[in-house]
Amino acid sequence: MALRFEVLGRFNRARAAQLTLPHFVCQTPLFMPVGTQGTIKGLATDQLEEIGCQIILGNTGWKANAPNTRGIYSNPNIIMALDDVVKTTITGPRIEEAMYRTLRWIDRCIAAHKRPHDQNLFGIVQGGLDPVLRDICVRGLVDRNLPGYAIGGLAGGEDKDSFWRVVAQCTATLPKDKPRYVMGVGYPLDIVICSALGADMYDCVYPTRTARFGTALVPEGVLKLKHRAMAEDTRPIDPTCACMVCKNYTRAYIHSLVTKDAMGSQLLSFHNLYYMMQLSKNLHSSIVQGKFPEFVCNFLQKMFPKGDIPEWVCNAMEVAEIDISSCCAPFRYIQATKVQSNLNEDEIQAV
Amino acid sequence: MKFAVKAWSNGRARAGILHLGTSTIDTPSLLLSTRKGLPHFISPDLLSCLPSPESRLLHVSPLHFLEGLSMKTISKIGGLHQLLGLHDHCFVSVPRDSIQCLPEANSTNKIGASFETPCGRLLIKPVEYMEMISSTRPELWATLADEVPAWVSDKRNKTSVDRTIKWLDECISLSPASGAVFGAIVGGSSLEERRRCAQEVATRNVSGYWVGGLGLGESMDERPALLNAVIEALPEEKPRLICGLGLPEEILQGIAAGVDLFESTYIYHLTLGGFALTFPLDRTQINALNLAPSDVGSDPRKINLRATVFRKDTMPIVEGCTCYTCRNHTRAYINHLLNVHEMLAQILLEIHNTHHFLGFFRLIREAINAGRFEEFRKEFVQRWR
Repeated sequence: MALRFEVLGRFNRARAAQLTLPHFVCQTPLFMPVGTQGTIKGLATDQLEEIGCQIILGNTGWKANAPNTRGIYSNPNIIMALDDVVKTTITGPRIEEAMYRTLRWIDRCIAAHKRPHDQNLFGIVQGGLDPVLRDICVRGLVDRNLPGYAIGGLAGGEDKDSFWRVVAQCTATLPKDKPRYVMGVGYPLDIVICSALGADMYDCVYPTRTARFGTALVPEGVLKLKHRAMAEDTRPIDPTCACMVCKNYTRAYIHSLVTKDAMGSQLLSFHNLYYMMQLSKNLHSSIVQGKFPEFVCNFLQKMFPKGDIPEWVCNAMEVAEIDISSCCAPFRYIQATKVQSNLNEDEIQAV
Repeated sequence: MKFAVKAWSNGRARAGILHLGTSTIDTPSLLLSTRKGLPHFISPDLLSCLPSPESRLLHVSPLHFLEGLSMKTISKIGGLHQLLGLHDHCFVSVPRDSIQCLPEANSTNKIGASFETPCGRLLIKPVEYMEMISSTRPELWATLADEVPAWVSDKRNKTSVDRTIKWLDECISLSPASGAVFGAIVGGSSLEERRRCAQEVATRNVSGYWVGGLGLGESMDERPALLNAVIEALPEEKPRLICGLGLPEEILQGIAAGVDLFESTYIYHLTLGGFALTFPLDRTQINALNLAPSDVGSDPRKINLRATVFRKDTMPIVEGCTCYTCRNHTRAYINHLLNVHEMLAQILLEIHNTHHFLGFFRLIREAINAGRFEEFRKEFVQRWR
């Protein structure tokens, strides 16, 4: 095995760990930006170091185009097994077929893997939204004793309620001493929830893609720099952010660049990735310091100042055993007593 | 602003020192072209990897900001340095940027100068232009000019000179307290009008001169006479800035005539085309250069990294080049990035091309200081003929 996964702190299902790879050490929970064509769109490697990117995803397709390139993309420490992925929005026997195929292929991947001493082959759990299939897949992969496991087939359009339940089921049954990587996740909120449920690693194109459309990630959610109101706003994108973009540029200036000049994409991508790395760091340190529930509540309060936290989040946090009642609007927790008002039961629920 | 000539070579070519803002810059020097104040592709945090202080002069066209940022807001933020987070750089404002703010002589009238911009055709009055200068607060700015292409009628050309001088006086009267002003000199392809304009502007209280209206249709053969007609009428001790000369040979032409500062779009166009400059900058490289045609085409001054011949080329663009791109990446990688339309290609190319072109200017200054500019120029032009 070419990695070491050392859990440094826990809160119920959530874990903070140190992941040691042949060339690098990093902390989890960890967000990994996606470098599809051998580059994170618009950013140079020095900038990625400054942002604190620790692991970068490189899809294999581009390697055929550029066989002899030098640089950080040429020597993967973690490789993902070839799996059979189907959309979660489809139903029927195809899902079962894909799951069993994934198990057959992991054996072929293992047999073909020439460098287990310095490369880690992660298996990917498939099975759609069916708990029975997922369970079979998890047990099959765990039997193969792989260095790490990914939860695949999600982040493809399924409803959030189904999404978190699959993650919860997998993290409950995958080995505790090995990293869990939820592929294609995602939005900052999703990462916080999945970390609470016991996942460690994430990848997504969202931060960089949304940057190219002029959207910045901020504690309150998103900030659409294209909006006309930004043209006069002389504040930084996020006053609490320490990145080069927030330290030097106003929303007004970025507004003048976005969707018109390449520089706009670059600056927003820089900020968004910095935001994601900061989120990763905060998740890790809050778990290590025993302050994870406070972190989660703080995060949710900023994102949902009116307390209108989505139901799926509340349900997931119940399973994760994290008390977020302080962040939820008071009406949610009304039991039998109706406040003296003209509201009926349905209207109260809707508040 | 302070400027002093330090050395001469072969008549008019001169090397000088320009003190601008907090920078001391050796001339002849290059202004880097920008879009809304920042380079087209080089991220601001990578700017520091360019040689300093030569890379600190940035050309900014205030017209760029009309697309989405009001002058009031720029004022509120505190001007260009605050807006762009570039406190060590010097900004030189000239309305024309030769890429996206092109003078539209047919629409210019007595009220203002017309430009074709990404937000359409704009008529800029002197008072509006000066509002932009006051809000952006560049270290150096040129007065508003009526630039006409080479083929206009004599009457139109004469009008452009009269207007430019009138607008110069208007701009100076509205001039903010800070910032050095360069008087604009036009005159199209007429030696007489060029001379007349230069003589008039030379009597005004300006810190230097901006030679406008070139690179708009006159041929390279016509240009030396036009430049000489202008420069002859100007005092020696004040700096001269020119726009619209891009190619190395044109730069050399300008320097031979006595120009000190150049705004050029050469790097931008090279970068967009996927080209990287490769002509040797080292004297030993020049001497050892094998002049046989290379297998990558007939232009050994630059390579087109889109070409398939670079697919597996693990060399840097120029071996021994100390720029960020050549220290970290290969031709094969850039070839790949170009083929998959990744933005990083342009970023890496702009870095290398800027670095290389600044190196070219360094060679020029060395040649002038050694008194061998004409020799250098002849050698360069002949080598790449």
